[in-house]
Amino acid sequence: MNRSKEAVARLATVCITLLLCAQAAQAHVNKGEAAGFLSGLKHPISGLDHVVAMIAVGLWGAQLGAPAIWVLPVAFPMVMACGGMLGLLGVPLPGIEIGIAASAILLGAAVMMELRPPIALAAVLVGFFAIFHGYAHGSELPAGQSGLLYSIGFVMATGCLHGVGISIGLVHRWSWGRRALRMAGAAIALAGLFFMWKVFA
Amino acid sequence: MTRAPRHWRALVLVIALFSLLLPVRAEAHLPTIGLGPVYDGIFHLFLSPEDLIPVIALALLAGQRGAGTSRRVLWVLPAVWFAGGVLGLFAPTVRGSALTCVSFLVLGGLIAANARISAPLMTALTTILGLFHGYLNGSGINRFNDGVYVLLGLAFAVFVVVTIFASFVVPLRRQWALIVVRVAGSWIAASGLLMLGWALR
Repeated sequence: MNRSKEAVARLATVCITLLLCAQAAQAHVNKGEAAGFLSGLKHPISGLDHVVAMIAVGLWGAQLGAPAIWVLPVAFPMVMACGGMLGLLGVPLPGIEIGIAASAILLGAAVMMELRPPIALAAVLVGFFAIFHGYAHGSELPAGQSGLLYSIGFVMATGCLHGVGISIGLVHRWSWGRRALRMAGAAIALAGLFFMWKVFA
Repeated sequence: MTRAPRHWRALVLVIALFSLLLPVRAEAHLPTIGLGPVYDGIFHLFLSPEDLIPVIALALLAGQRGAGTSRRVLWVLPAVWFAGGVLGLFAPTVRGSALTCVSFLVLGGLIAANARISAPLMTALTTILGLFHGYLNGSGINRFNDGVYVLLGLAFAVFVVVTIFASFVVPLRRQWALIVVRVAGSWIAASGLLMLGWALR
């Protein structure tokens, strides 16, 4: 009890110290200013298509267990960044929005049906869709902001979404949890169908 | 005073990492904070993610390889960083933003792969990284009379960062904690890939 109180006190001290590190208030970002981390951090969570697909990756990883639970979050950011680089270099990649919607449908369906393909196949499938997500979102840097900080924020936010999916997926150990995960997978697949409908509407 | 539990220390470290990534004003060259050139050097590292993140990455990589490797990196990196900086003082200003992404890519990739690097190779990697980044720093401050003191501050900050991060990774034994380090490596490599895209754009 005393140890936990002491730990909370230490954490509170760190948080209060951070609050004292006041940043300059800015009405808007000046050209060339090293802002961009928060933009990158916010970008992936501002689009529901990206959010549901990333959480589906985490949920599926949790269902598959080791080693997929850590292979997918390690591999995904790097493949996604490859997609982002293709976007930055202007390499044409047709059907981006279709690929993103398809990722939600297929990954949601995989969670819903609790598919257990070989790890290599799961990694290839997830990596394939990562290229579309990276291409669409990785290169959308707001004007005048730092590409490096934006990239770090974007990658971290995506990784944290995987973490959210994996954390939710830990309920897989219970029977009610397995049912809940399948229902979540169905909801993600339905959301993917909606995104696909919007692409062609 | 008893030590806080490991998960609390991990939480504090995560908060500290986030605080380091908060966006701050960009400076064309070293910021002058009014406390003298040594403190200018110290602050430069913490305000320059293109230098700070490779140092953190090397510390994580050294931590993965154990205490002996970490001790060697702890002393070699600041020394070669300073030496590279002194060389850079006599060179024209170099814009190395496109090249710094190589540090992100190589170090991030090695961490993500949990590469079994031999001690001589690790020393060579440390030397190349320190000379390269030190040279870039030195060439950026060659117009200042107190450049050597700025470099001393930089080397001191490098020493502190390596100490903190390597000592955090070395004692990790749990599987999930080691995976977190590898995920951090994949984030660094992904950021490097996107940086490369920005540089080639």
